[in-house]
Amino acid sequence: MATAEGQQHPIKLYLTVWVLLFVLSAFSYLVDYFEFEGYLRWILILLFMSLKAGMIVAVFMHMAWERLTLVTVISLPPLIFLSLLILMMVLEGDYTRLTRILYFGSAGG
Amino acid sequence: MSQEGISNTAEAAAIPNDWSGVVTDWSADKQTFQMSWGKAMMWFFLLSDTFIFACFLVGYMTVRVSTTEPWPVSSEVFALHLFGQDIPLILIAIMTFILITSSGTMAMAVNFGYRRDRKKTAILMLITALFGATFVGMQAFEWTKLIVDEGVRPWSNPMGAPQFGSSFFMITGFHGAHVTAGVIYLSVVAMKVLRGHYESKGYEIVEITGLYWHFVDLVWVFIFALFYLW
Repeated sequence: MATAEGQQHPIKLYLTVWVLLFVLSAFSYLVDYFEFEGYLRWILILLFMSLKAGMIVAVFMHMAWERLTLVTVISLPPLIFLSLLILMMVLEGDYTRLTRILYFGSAGG
Repeated sequence: MSQEGISNTAEAAAIPNDWSGVVTDWSADKQTFQMSWGKAMMWFFLLSDTFIFACFLVGYMTVRVSTTEPWPVSSEVFALHLFGQDIPLILIAIMTFILITSSGTMAMAVNFGYRRDRKKTAILMLITALFGATFVGMQAFEWTKLIVDEGVRPWSNPMGAPQFGSSFFMITGFHGAHVTAGVIYLSVVAMKVLRGHYESKGYEIVEITGLYWHFVDLVWVFIFALFYLW
């Protein structure tokens, strides 16, 4: 489908993804509207977020039809380095919070 | 494979190992990415932009995890009073739908570009830009409401943790700047499409512009989930 002319795909596919993005956005909004709390809320938010992001990158940005060389160069560095960064900053943030509670003695939100 | 390796080494030995050699190495006839220069460069720009936005979002996560003050409840902060009741996050939801719609029209524009339908391509790109401008307008409204009515500042706010303001203005401000730049980018390319500027070199530029626009939508997906819904 990725011809020499460039990325050409049936309009129907775009419309399908478009509708799905609408539905998923509505779902994430409803998570807030119906005030889901705790782990259920986090899982649902992250699930809808990942599905939406995946569809935008795969179909709208045509990543699904690109060569593996490009796919790996674009997706691996963020996945590896950002996972590491998030992990480090969660630990760091928790530690900061703990020391604040210890030394300033308040544990609000 | 090994044959190639030997010939590459032999070739490398023939190139002088000084500054002229550095230039030769970089400009040698090698290609990794089987695509046009413009498209590859847009992807690398987006890769670097991914790290910028990720740094903002991780920074936001860090201050939110570490603060001992209560974090303002976003569905209340961003509620609008409509039809006699407070509807949580409704403005943000509408902004999300507008941006998704603009991504859809952009995808169609790329499609019509490759079909060499100049008029439809340009119109769809201008519609996309119009949705983008609407998004920025609603964001300006949101900022005004927060700053003037609710007294949110980058250093303090009446609802709780002061880090809320700095994260909010930094993240949504940087995203809004991207949308604004995208609106300008789209308008410029759309006008050139309309004038027939790309008739000879082809319409890949529409796909490249589209990559940028979809990326802006992609970033919003993460901001919406992590900042507004969390």
